[in-house]
Amino acid sequence: MGIQQRKVVVSRRTFLASSASAGLVMGFGTLLPGCSREEAASDIAADGASRIFSPAVWFEIDAGGNVLINIAKAEMGQHVGTALARIIADELGADWSSVRIKHVDSDPKWGYMVTGGSWSVFTSFAMLSQAGAAGRTVLIDAGAKLLGVDAADCTAEAGQVKAGDQQVSFADIVAKGDISRTFNDEEMAAMPIKPAAARRLIGKDVDALDIPEKSQGAAVYGLDTELPGMVYAHPLIPPTRYGSKIDAVDDSDAKGIPGYLQTLTINDPSDLIQGWAVVVASSFPAAMKSAAAVNVEWSAGPASEVSTADLFAEGASLVADSASGVLAVDVGDVAAARESAASMHTATYRTGSVLHFTLEPQNALVEWIDGVCHIHAGNQWQSLILPYLAAALEVPETNIVLHQYYLGGGFGRRLFGDQMIPAALAARELGRPVKLIFQRADDSRFDCSRSPSVCKFDASFDADGALTGIEHAAAAGWPTLTMAPGFMADAVDGNGKFDPFSINGAEHWYTLPNHRVRAINNDLVQRTILPGWLRSVGPGWIAWGVESFMDELAAIAGESPIDYRLAMLDAAGKNAGSTPNSVGGASRLAAVIKDVSDRANWGRLLPEGEAYGFAVATGQERNMPTWIACIAHVKVDAASKAITVKKIWQSIDCGTVVDPNGALAQSEGAALWGVSMALHEGTTIEQGQVSDTNLNTYTPLRMADVPELDIQFMDSTEFPTGLGEPSVIAVAPAIGNAVFAASGIRLRDLPMRL
Amino acid sequence: MIEFEVNGKSVSTDSDPETPLLWVIRDELKLKGTKFGCGIAMCGACTVHLDGTAIRSCTAPVSIAAGRSVTTIEGLDSDAGKALQDAWVEEQVPQCGYCQSGQIMQAADLLTSNPSPNDADINAAMNGNLCRCMAYGRIRKAIKTAANAEEV
Repeated sequence: MGIQQRKVVVSRRTFLASSASAGLVMGFGTLLPGCSREEAASDIAADGASRIFSPAVWFEIDAGGNVLINIAKAEMGQHVGTALARIIADELGADWSSVRIKHVDSDPKWGYMVTGGSWSVFTSFAMLSQAGAAGRTVLIDAGAKLLGVDAADCTAEAGQVKAGDQQVSFADIVAKGDISRTFNDEEMAAMPIKPAAARRLIGKDVDALDIPEKSQGAAVYGLDTELPGMVYAHPLIPPTRYGSKIDAVDDSDAKGIPGYLQTLTINDPSDLIQGWAVVVASSFPAAMKSAAAVNVEWSAGPASEVSTADLFAEGASLVADSASGVLAVDVGDVAAARESAASMHTATYRTGSVLHFTLEPQNALVEWIDGVCHIHAGNQWQSLILPYLAAALEVPETNIVLHQYYLGGGFGRRLFGDQMIPAALAARELGRPVKLIFQRADDSRFDCSRSPSVCKFDASFDADGALTGIEHAAAAGWPTLTMAPGFMADAVDGNGKFDPFSINGAEHWYTLPNHRVRAINNDLVQRTILPGWLRSVGPGWIAWGVESFMDELAAIAGESPIDYRLAMLDAAGKNAGSTPNSVGGASRLAAVIKDVSDRANWGRLLPEGEAYGFAVATGQERNMPTWIACIAHVKVDAASKAITVKKIWQSIDCGTVVDPNGALAQSEGAALWGVSMALHEGTTIEQGQVSDTNLNTYTPLRMADVPELDIQFMDSTEFPTGLGEPSVIAVAPAIGNAVFAASGIRLRDLPMRL
Repeated sequence: MIEFEVNGKSVSTDSDPETPLLWVIRDELKLKGTKFGCGIAMCGACTVHLDGTAIRSCTAPVSIAAGRSVTTIEGLDSDAGKALQDAWVEEQVPQCGYCQSGQIMQAADLLTSNPSPNDADINAAMNGNLCRCMAYGRIRKAIKTAANAEEV
């Protein structure tokens, strides 16, 4: 593992504290349905010989007072280890300078392993706080005995247990004290957590633990790993994701290339990897050269002629068909509102495909040792890929170990570790370690890109022009349907299931008398590409329509876009919010709207061709709202049709901010992803595959086009929600609404083109 | 046999002269700080110095290094380089970090030729370096921090 640089020696006197992780996470409802109590319970038996409090092991303190915190989340730029360690260390009363972190492998004792959905702090906060509090409780009890005082008179702070003018260090307590106390699930759940006012680390600035080595070229990513005796493998990707078959392989031109070894066809018993071959060579340059020389004839799968135009046409047909899809929201009676409407307004919004384009291309190094498959690769969702690997390799999950490294970008791409399968199959067949590396174009062609989407909105008005209802039909490829069907949600009309991650954001926080959302799977997308979860997922394209359409409605009503929205943010009924995740409900959205409009001086006079645009976002999930209001200052050049974003303001309320500078960095990057996807990057799909596969035609935002950013967080001690993605969401509609205000042109497609 | 210098040490390779310098650095010399990104010299993750000038090592054949001096992130010990690496920590620049070796090598080249660049200078010099996490604002700020530190 490359991330943990300093080895902490764990002595016999080391004690381990942990939490009732499974039970606590389950307390959040349906968020992590795979996180079962049974999975975590195996730890109790496995670690019977150690000094353990309870199921999972999140940290340990040795007799030198060193605190080693185990991080089961992937580090892909969010400094998650720093944030999670701060949570434990704060509750524990640790000295921050004694804290080290370790990113762990895929041992079942870590429970359900996923890093995505902007979930990490949200799903970890309670259990890690309680783990820290459990540790503090034991240290105080043991420290009090050593000091000869009452535990009630003691505090734990900066690595010391203190009582009046006496103190004893955590190191001495671990070395000499009675630290044998254990806690059951109920005791853990009842563990007293510090009040916000007593926090010493959470919410305070800190240098991220991963940054020094990332500034020295010393950080180790999956691509950087090597094993003795390994060979390199280069993929030969078929013309379609599904149904392609290899008819013939001719490697005669490769045989003279020094270093070329052989070409393997990949037969995946799980059928996830279809129509693949890999070129094997003694070096990667030889593998690249050989791959270009090997001639493979494929029979392409049935989607080999499908283009973006076909996918949009199918989406348009689906949203127009009132019988398609299932209901994700059904409030009031939209049909009745429509029948009695004095007028209607309809608009259709679309988004094209976007690549993850993680700068570290996909790769995996695999070694089989005594029937156990060791896979070295950065990954975001170990618990998702392990069963797929088990099926493909025909071995139990317990015979597969995923070794984690830094991720050279995740953005949702590494939620699916499908590249591990061909590497593992090849390594077994060759009987030696295999390092599979994708060149960029192959990485793009094998990407699970963001699905094209089509959203249709129908608004009804009464005779006075008042809005009486909105029907929203949303058609797209659904990542969850193919990759994680266990996470599909039940439709509110009982007519089936839908991908919640592809419709999140449609159940917004505006109070409407009649509101219906139809979630529709675009099956043609599903059969053509593997649609992926891409940073901000559904809200990233759902809110493009919702927030642009809201701007249209405000214009029809002749009202300010901000006042029009505020009137619907009454925090009544289901929009009142609930404890602990959404306390205050829509009133918190209203608060960030007021804050950002004050800071940006909304309404101020701007030069000809320039305007402000406004939009809101409420994070990734209804149950995990991150309240964001966004203003974009945009210049539209009438002659050149160029759209320039001059500045973006965001006011964000994500509850408690654990790591303020890390949070700001995430929001800065996410906001620029919003700009990039609005104006700069995207690809069409031609002949069943993405057509823009490298930077010569795929053009993400570069430094020269970066707008000024003014992002601020609201002071809050509420429960922390998600932060990695939400700042993406409101940017595109804010820009589009500004373009309308500046030019009178309403843009309804992403990426935008005037 | 191609002989050249990497980070002040003499090295040699038997590789095909057309082999991209990047892979000799990474896989033969085991210096993994220089990264593979796009393979077509358009992301900048593979940036190293050849006789002090930033080049994209993913498309440069190793033969062009013959008899010359290559510097990678591991050997960046110029005043500007050190100032940049310190500024990268001070401004908390890296997110995933994958592009940052290349960013720093490119910025070191900039500061060598222009010790106090303005925003336009920085944009012009750095526009070829993609940061997929889009930490651009901090990269720009850190370059200025390093430039100011060097003046002092």
